[in-house]
Amino acid sequence: MAVDFAVELKNISKTFGSAAANKNISLSLKQGEILALLGENGSGKTTLMNILAGIYQPDSGSIYVNGEKAVITSPKDAKRLGIGMVHQHFKLVDVFSAADNVWLGRENRSYGFRERYKAEVSGKKGIGKFGAAASVIFHAAGFFVSERLLKKSRYREIEEISRSFGFEMDPKKKVYHMAVSEKQTLEIVKVLYYGAKVIILDEPTAVLTVQETEKLFGVLRQMRAEGHSIIIITHKLHEVMAVSDRVAVLRKGEYVGTVETASTNEQKLTELMVGHKITLNIERPFVEKKKPLLEIRGLTIENDEGACAIDDVSFYIRGGEILGVAGIAGCGQKELCEAIAGLRKIKSGEIVHKGENIVGLAPKKIIEKGIAMSFIPEDRLGMGLAPSLSITDNMLLKNYRDDNRFSPFVNRRRGRADARTIISELDIVTPSTETPVRLLSGGNVQKVLVGREIETGPNVIVTAYPVRGLDIHSSYAIYDILNRQKVSGVGILFVGEDLDVMLALCDKIMVLCHGRVMGIVHAAKTTKEELGLMMTGALNLVRSDEKRTGIAKDTNIKEQPS
Amino acid sequence: MGVEVLTGFLYSLVVYNIPLLYGTVGEIFNEKTGSLNLGVEGTMAVGSLFGYLVGCWCNSLLLGILAAMVFAGLCGLLFAFFTVTLQANQNVTGLTITTLGLGIYYFVGHGVNKNLGWPSMQAAANVAAGWKAQPIPLLSDIPIIGKAFFSHNIFVYLGVLIAVLSWWYMKYTKAGLRMRAVGENPAAADSCGVNINRYKYAHILLGSAIMGIGGYYMALNISGEYLASTGWINGYGWIAVALVIFAKWNPARALLGTFVFGIFKTLEVYNDSIVAAFPKAFGWLNAIPLKVYTALPFIITAVVLFAGSVRKKSKSNQPAAVGVNYYREDR
Repeated sequence: MAVDFAVELKNISKTFGSAAANKNISLSLKQGEILALLGENGSGKTTLMNILAGIYQPDSGSIYVNGEKAVITSPKDAKRLGIGMVHQHFKLVDVFSAADNVWLGRENRSYGFRERYKAEVSGKKGIGKFGAAASVIFHAAGFFVSERLLKKSRYREIEEISRSFGFEMDPKKKVYHMAVSEKQTLEIVKVLYYGAKVIILDEPTAVLTVQETEKLFGVLRQMRAEGHSIIIITHKLHEVMAVSDRVAVLRKGEYVGTVETASTNEQKLTELMVGHKITLNIERPFVEKKKPLLEIRGLTIENDEGACAIDDVSFYIRGGEILGVAGIAGCGQKELCEAIAGLRKIKSGEIVHKGENIVGLAPKKIIEKGIAMSFIPEDRLGMGLAPSLSITDNMLLKNYRDDNRFSPFVNRRRGRADARTIISELDIVTPSTETPVRLLSGGNVQKVLVGREIETGPNVIVTAYPVRGLDIHSSYAIYDILNRQKVSGVGILFVGEDLDVMLALCDKIMVLCHGRVMGIVHAAKTTKEELGLMMTGALNLVRSDEKRTGIAKDTNIKEQPS
Repeated sequence: MGVEVLTGFLYSLVVYNIPLLYGTVGEIFNEKTGSLNLGVEGTMAVGSLFGYLVGCWCNSLLLGILAAMVFAGLCGLLFAFFTVTLQANQNVTGLTITTLGLGIYYFVGHGVNKNLGWPSMQAAANVAAGWKAQPIPLLSDIPIIGKAFFSHNIFVYLGVLIAVLSWWYMKYTKAGLRMRAVGENPAAADSCGVNINRYKYAHILLGSAIMGIGGYYMALNISGEYLASTGWINGYGWIAVALVIFAKWNPARALLGTFVFGIFKTLEVYNDSIVAAFPKAFGWLNAIPLKVYTALPFIITAVVLFAGSVRKKSKSNQPAAVGVNYYREDR
């Protein structure tokens, strides 16, 4: 008899230190459905799924797989139960080929002694029972050894198997040569090869372009048709609406409820997710065009490995303008920001600020010129702030020099005053100005970082992923801060991830693909599809001869002295 | 005259290199599963002492080898327990193993020397009966090369065999594939159902035992009285750590790497005969103080370690997770 539910989670709780990530969550996954797991960052989605995949151990609660109680203490247990997870940060061995990454988890097949014996006895006449047994043992030994060797035939086997799942894959390609979407395909093949019936995908679309996302959704629908049950974690509402059958919502580690996708809409889901009504519109205030503040000409930068990260890039930022930078992760965004802030050597090109070339200046001088940079890395604390220091100390890190240049002491009183200012202006939730930054929640940490950059009174702000990992509420607070700066005449370079946000917030969007500019378009005149094509390099507006609308013409700063 | 010197030079090149080969291959097993074991020096010292004592007392080469492997393996077990089970810092633990191993070497060695009596020279000679050269038929008859490469004691053949087998194991078996995955990305291996701790323990133990054989070899090669002042290993363990980088984490390449390194050690000994045989071509060798030859392997070790640590990452073959402990619930 078929059971209704592929997986049931009952009263799962999990705490990390003193923080409760999951509080008494009960959730069920029907056979053959796509369930979207929705929630803001920090709501415990990934933790819950990691429990199901055997990465974390729950503090309490129980798991039922196909109606039977299951104990999952390791990823191996999950694999045996037919649960496979495609993690947000892929779990692949970079230096291995695609086939070897799959082969890694292949169980040794068992030898069919009995069948083989029967075949021997009936097949060869006159060898007798003893002879048959000896023959079987001889063959079994060979089989035993051969199962444990790596043979060239594995490439063909993996290729055939992935084809049977409907994927084309080069089994010999090394993972470090793969594009993000290829890695994801490999992860899915891996999970299917291990025989998973329940498949969990953690934010699979975060790194994909619009077209790749469509393709992935096609794959998911196909898998559903073949009887797989799928859980997809995302916080993009339109994707939830597009692909899922039901939606389960988590909020701050607690289970809010499950709704049928067909009977809900984006506005209702947001309310479930956030807990109160919220408007989903980002403002784009109109500001009179000003002269370019920062102009980049023919910039070429190498990354840490010595490969070309930014290749002959030219653009400019006017005062009172937000220029968005879109691109798949790792397309030179980080190197570009670091070069502007003077933290990274450039290979060639010019960085012109108010008519003056600032290449080669010390970061300190660049800050004094009014260029502020805030980069939010993936781990959120790695760059810009010292996690163990207080808000006051972190404020002082950047502006301790402003007082008396010859004094050996820092002016803590002023630092504290600055800290109080940003706390009240940006609604930062903190017990005091002296609380170590790492104890604040992610959103508040980012507000401190962005706030400090604004506090220095810059005329150019370079900000990368300022809303990375933030919930909707905090994100909107950050957009607000940026818009206020823009209105006051500051030029902003906004490196972002979410195309919807960039289309709404930015004035112009520059698309990077492998360090090259694919085009600079007006946000109001472009579409997500166009941006997606440019991100993969399929559409290059710079190369095509015909003039398209929306391409900003480079201005010569020397003709417009400021 | 010249031919003899050349043969002798190559011969002792092999003799001096083999302990480095054991140490290097042992360390490769460690590093390939993500453990930067800096305890090679101590592990080899422990292997050398206990191998020598047990071998002499029991008058058995085989028991000596086994004792060296077991006691060196115990050092590996200690390292694995601290770094894998207790998640201790690998650098600190490795240095501790070196300090501890050398300490045990001096402590036990001194105690045995004083209270039980150091094995007599005759006892060592008896054990080393199994030590004498075992020429390989046919191959050993080749002029120059035959005497230099195919007429050695069993430790030399065993070392080469271990290096080649290790290379084959890492490249062509499924267990080898999994052990490499553990050293590259333990989280990936874990999610595929590989038992990380089991793989780490097994290979740390195996690697340490191999180091122990190298230590025992050095003890037999130098032999003699209890060397309280310098010890038998004398820094070879550290050279082995550098050789791992030089060999690009490949046991087969380690065969080559040890030779390049060992040339200087051999020059220290063979300097005079070379000059005597080829006064015109190599007369200048005499102008270099002997101490320079002694120091060179260590200077090169320092340079290799330094260059290895500043080299751009994508070009080296270093296992990505080496030196990093794996804890599944890490966030």
